[in-house]
Amino acid sequence: MYDPTVARLTYRALLGRRRALILGALPLLLIVISVAVRALAGADDQTASDLLGGLALATMVPLIGVIAGTGAIGPEIDDGSVVYLLSKPIKRPTIIFTKLIVAIAVTMVFSAVPTLIAGFILNGNGQQIAVAYTVAALVASIAYAALFLLLGTVSRHAVVFGLVYALVWEALFGSLVPGARTLSVQQWSLAVAQKVSGGDLVSSDVGLTTATVLLVAVTVLATWYAGQKLRSLTLAGEE
Amino acid sequence: MAVEHSTGTPAPAPGDQTRIHNIGYRNYDGPRLGRAYARRSLYSQSLRGSYGLGRSVKSKVLPMLLFVVMCVPAAIIVAVAVATKAGALPLDYTRNAIVMQAVISLYVASQAPQSVSRDLRFKTVPLYFSRPIETADYVRAKFAALASALFILTAAPLLVLYVGALLAKLDFADQTKGFAQGLVSVALLSLLFAGIGLVIASFTPRRGFGIAAVIAVLTITYGAVSTLQAIADAQGSSDAVPWIGLFSPITLVDGVQSAFLGATSAFPGGVGPGHGEGVVYVLVALGLIAASYGLLMRRYKKVGL
Repeated sequence: MYDPTVARLTYRALLGRRRALILGALPLLLIVISVAVRALAGADDQTASDLLGGLALATMVPLIGVIAGTGAIGPEIDDGSVVYLLSKPIKRPTIIFTKLIVAIAVTMVFSAVPTLIAGFILNGNGQQIAVAYTVAALVASIAYAALFLLLGTVSRHAVVFGLVYALVWEALFGSLVPGARTLSVQQWSLAVAQKVSGGDLVSSDVGLTTATVLLVAVTVLATWYAGQKLRSLTLAGEE
Repeated sequence: MAVEHSTGTPAPAPGDQTRIHNIGYRNYDGPRLGRAYARRSLYSQSLRGSYGLGRSVKSKVLPMLLFVVMCVPAAIIVAVAVATKAGALPLDYTRNAIVMQAVISLYVASQAPQSVSRDLRFKTVPLYFSRPIETADYVRAKFAALASALFILTAAPLLVLYVGALLAKLDFADQTKGFAQGLVSVALLSLLFAGIGLVIASFTPRRGFGIAAVIAVLTITYGAVSTLQAIADAQGSSDAVPWIGLFSPITLVDGVQSAFLGATSAFPGGVGPGHGEGVVYVLVALGLIAASYGLLMRRYKKVGL
């Protein structure tokens, strides 16, 4: 199910040239901000929770998920070079699974690790906040990567749709319409984080059982459907 | 038809049958439309392209959808104001762009790369420059086109609000003043966002990465700035709030309009910059626009990619 060559190619497509810089800039900014906040305001659990929840989990994780998830397959389909990959005797679901592993790894490294570091800078992991948000970021990475990888195989405008989901649905609709929060990866991962922290600083609108079931279901279904989609991929020309 | 011209000296060497035939091609001697025409064409093409006009149905969907999403809330607000016979519109003209910033950011992120990245990817930029236009013409046409497209996107809901307000028989002078202030602020916002979007997009031939990079710059800076502002406000150091606002495009516009255009600031605690700080805001905003123009000029000095 895992093909090292495909993985190597995907890593290179994601992190090659200047792309690693874009991906690296966001976590760096988070850490710089945490240092600034710690210096200005001192260690405060509520502030740490706000910053990690508002900036790291709500903005940074989805953005990196979009870049890594769609970037793992989108550009190849876009310029047609995916046919060279598809013509090799490798199962299509294997390709998808390998790319998913790579996308998850990249998202985790660039989002969860800086979240942990930022959490320790902000309040030295008081009330388990840093660990809780790191777990949330790890869980969210998996779901986002699977979801956006599927988008990458389905549409040529995957990045836009991914951003619409991450910014408009989760951020805007989620804050206006409470019902939209049930269908949001961010809230599902927060439910897991709530369980980890045990405190009342991290809270979610979704129960832990629902969240876990939905997370697993979304990840598995998205990966399966992306594999199916790749089996019958038609290459379209540029619009 | 072929007219043979004998070369001046007849048959220099025996067996040399080489001749140049004039087969009647003629030079173009009609009027040449020149640089200004080419620039205007590039501008109108790019502007139409920003709304998907003259492109495939698929590429019309997103810009048109975002345009509708911008206008519908304004229409609802007007309908509510008319129905309840309110004395004023529940939403300020200047506030609209701040509330809808996610939509505006998405529009810039999706249209800036489609305007410049595809030219880079399909290597059509050298073809443009084989015409009489120069670097400055290309940059100005693209910049102006995206700024106009953004202005249309942001001014349309204001127009809806204004017409609605007049239909609801609200005070004419008051509404016109608010409308004019709103137009100035969205014009500034359009220039600023278009500049930032184009600079980022012009550095990558890949549309996907361009979109992600533009949206990252616009939303992450806003997220960072508003978080820091909220913390500064909560810590009681509300003097710092206006200064932090300088570091993201949308709060920059917010600061300018709350200092000079009679808007209420969306900053935490409602403390907008005063006139003194407002001058800094205006300078930074204009500086950013000029800088993005300069960067674009530098980017296109060498067009090989």
